[in-house]
Amino acid sequence: MRCLIDILDLSVSELDELIRTACDIIRDPDKYADRCKRKKLATLFYEPSTRTRLSFEAAMLELGGSVIGFSEATSSSAAKGESVADTAKVISCYADIIAMRHPKEGSALVAANNATIPVINAGDGGHCHPTQTLADLLTIYREKGRFDHLTVGICGDLKFGRTVHSLINALSRYEDVRFVLISPEELKLPSYVKTEAIKKKGLEYLQTTSLEEAMPMLDILYMTRIQQERFADMDEYLRLKDSYVLTPEKLKTAKEDMCILHPLPRVNEISVKVDQDPRACYFKQVLNGKYMRMALILKLLEEAGK
Amino acid sequence: MNIDAIQNGIVIDHIPAGAGMELYRMLRLDALDCSVAIIKNAHSNKDGKKDIIKIDAEIPLNFDLIGYLAPHAKINIIREGILVEKRDATLPKTLTNVISCKNPRCITKTEQELDQVFRLTDPERRIYRCIYCETKAN
Repeated sequence: MRCLIDILDLSVSELDELIRTACDIIRDPDKYADRCKRKKLATLFYEPSTRTRLSFEAAMLELGGSVIGFSEATSSSAAKGESVADTAKVISCYADIIAMRHPKEGSALVAANNATIPVINAGDGGHCHPTQTLADLLTIYREKGRFDHLTVGICGDLKFGRTVHSLINALSRYEDVRFVLISPEELKLPSYVKTEAIKKKGLEYLQTTSLEEAMPMLDILYMTRIQQERFADMDEYLRLKDSYVLTPEKLKTAKEDMCILHPLPRVNEISVKVDQDPRACYFKQVLNGKYMRMALILKLLEEAGK
Repeated sequence: MNIDAIQNGIVIDHIPAGAGMELYRMLRLDALDCSVAIIKNAHSNKDGKKDIIKIDAEIPLNFDLIGYLAPHAKINIIREGILVEKRDATLPKTLTNVISCKNPRCITKTEQELDQVFRLTDPERRIYRCIYCETKAN
């Protein structure tokens, strides 16, 4: 059964196809209003994530389908000790497609290995979050019209940020993409991501601790939150949490058509004053996420029906 | 140093020096009733030193495990004093229930009935990663 666990499960041509579908949905939403009639999406959310869950639910409702599920582990059979594998088998009897978020890394693969319906990974701990990357990609495409020949700055927590690793993996498949990796020393991109995603493809990258220094060269600035939940040591979190704050002053040296992205939620790493800047695309990114989830649900259900 | 030649059994040769005891332990050779000899730091023309394990019985072996710990090992099967089969260990593409994931956030830590599966992601550097969380094996 075709599932989406990691962004690299999709080939470049499949990504193009999803983007084409999403753009067509944006152009003519009525055409898609009944495409999932009588289909059910199960949202299995073992940890709270209002935005991702509601995005999936809105996507399915706009396709004419319906939604069942739970939004925290305590209201599911997991509280009674049921395994992910068993839950996936049981839900396969009720729904047509699953979107699952779980705090443990690799949980989505376990679900996919046991379900008889498509499984979409809506985040498995610090591991992968491929539909966030789909939202990022559609935003880049709609703002820039291309994925190649771009200088992409990624700023903040590059060590634990799963959206960062997925985005680098996805963009490194395109020609002449240059990465500028902006982070404190303690939160640098893990060497295996650099080796397997960037160096192997022969792409250029620059590592720096200075956002100001990087700013003038960027076509895309991808800001991330320093995530408290990834730190075992609270003192270290407190020391690093304010490392980068994007303000209108810092944007003065940026290109006029630079595009600012953020997977959200933000804490304080982007000043609310930046929201008025035409380069701020992070709320457009949220909407694009819904369109890409619609395109993905359609694709997986269509393949499951074959 | 002389160790008697075996009549029927297995000789695992060209184990990297120092890895013999770990291979002995992981192959659970301590549970066998037959004679088992571990030769540490034997002379090797190629590597200077090597370990050798001799097992005085023809037992089923986990070749993936041998390949993982000693990818250049030679496995010799001996019957009635004659070498009847010689196999080269190879680095296995996947390892199932040979090693365990050390990542406390991995799903295998909470769902312990799951197989521990690792995939070879970098043959040159012999790097295996958990198929679930992609954490590197030590």
